[in-house]
Amino acid sequence: MNATLRNDIDWIGYLDWTVRDFHSFTTRRGATYNAYLVRDEKTALIDTVKAPYADRLLENLAALVEPARVDYVICNHAEPDHAGALPRVMEALPNATLVCDQKCRGTLSQYYDTSNWKTRLVGTGDVLPLGRRTLQFVETPMVHWPESMFTYVPEEKLLFSMDAFGQHLATSERFDDQVPLCNVMREAKAYYANIVMPFGKAVAAVLKKTAELPIAMIAPAHGVIWRSHVAEILKAYENWSACRPKPKVLVIYDTMWESTAAMAGEILEGASLPGVEAKLIHVRRSNLTEIATEVIDAAAVAFGSATLNRGMMPTAAAVLSYLKGLRPVGKAGLAFGSYGWGPGGPEAVDEALRAMRWEIIHEPITAQYRPTPEVLRQCAAAGRTLAERAQQMSAGRAAAEKVCIDP
Amino acid sequence: MHKYICDICDWVYDPAQGLPDQGIEPGTPFEDLPDDFECPECGAGKEAFSKVE
Repeated sequence: MNATLRNDIDWIGYLDWTVRDFHSFTTRRGATYNAYLVRDEKTALIDTVKAPYADRLLENLAALVEPARVDYVICNHAEPDHAGALPRVMEALPNATLVCDQKCRGTLSQYYDTSNWKTRLVGTGDVLPLGRRTLQFVETPMVHWPESMFTYVPEEKLLFSMDAFGQHLATSERFDDQVPLCNVMREAKAYYANIVMPFGKAVAAVLKKTAELPIAMIAPAHGVIWRSHVAEILKAYENWSACRPKPKVLVIYDTMWESTAAMAGEILEGASLPGVEAKLIHVRRSNLTEIATEVIDAAAVAFGSATLNRGMMPTAAAVLSYLKGLRPVGKAGLAFGSYGWGPGGPEAVDEALRAMRWEIIHEPITAQYRPTPEVLRQCAAAGRTLAERAQQMSAGRAAAEKVCIDP
Repeated sequence: MHKYICDICDWVYDPAQGLPDQGIEPGTPFEDLPDDFECPECGAGKEAFSKVE
């Protein structure tokens, strides 16, 4: 199954309908690995797919062009979901030269035996004329790996953006205006939050570079192609790359005997001010992917854990370990939770929040066995403080997005 | 002279040490590093660094 982006520029990737766990990313709508074929006087394949789907990619390719007539294989990103099929592809395309940047060649040679691959190294500003169209390269270090780059076709105002602007979303449609925008934006947000968030500053630098390019279409390596909502996804990336907060308070918790749950409920109640979006998340009834997607645009997070053997619950620890790696910046935080025979859970949470350099609004709120009415009052007051801080931090930004991204 | 930390990988540039391997002499302030300087750990550009106060 192929789809046409522009005259003689086609999608020839693979739809991974049934995947639900992509290296621990919960892909509730499946995934896609996008590869593109540009046919001109010279023919170029842009990116490939995961290794197991190499032959499907080659079938799609062979439906459009004689494999021996492919001149170039562009590798924008060496990660195996895009480069995994390269060994098979380079063998099947006898006249193809691999085109990538220097770091990419290094990474590929560590993953695969590249000794027989003809390679042409390119860098920012280099161009590869194909005939009527030209490929132009922009290195994008740390968006999302050191070797990553964009490929741009100036004649079509078309940007092949590799992981940037991608979404884990399997659909028989190929364009952003053929599926509910809510779903696309939500998956773009989940993708950003769970894959790209640690690299916010590098993303901001790349957005500056792409602002100089006229862009009519963005073809990422995952999900649908942006052609009707280019401005919206660029604006969303600007917000996400800065972790720009909305007036939103999350209360994330895990509980053993409902004491921490009761505290969470009071914090949520206190945080539910008009104009503030307050959300309650039970760690074991959610998943890491959902939680990170909620955290990115929250101004404030109350994080609670009951105490298990003098520490926090392992489920809570997993979330905090995951978040630490994703580096959400500039949040207000509060730790809370209960303990039984010995304290430790909320204190461990507090330490983890401080390690992320969040602004801690209050010492941990703790309760032994059952929260007393006084502790519950403290929880409600702290919730209110978080909500007020969230309003200040988001400075008038509306809780609801103009473009729905939280279906 | 301030140290600078890479916000992506936590690598720290210490101007007192410089980066002799890359021809950056000890005593070179972060501000004087070339525009195309990249974090030796992760490859991020200068814009990814923050001043260590």
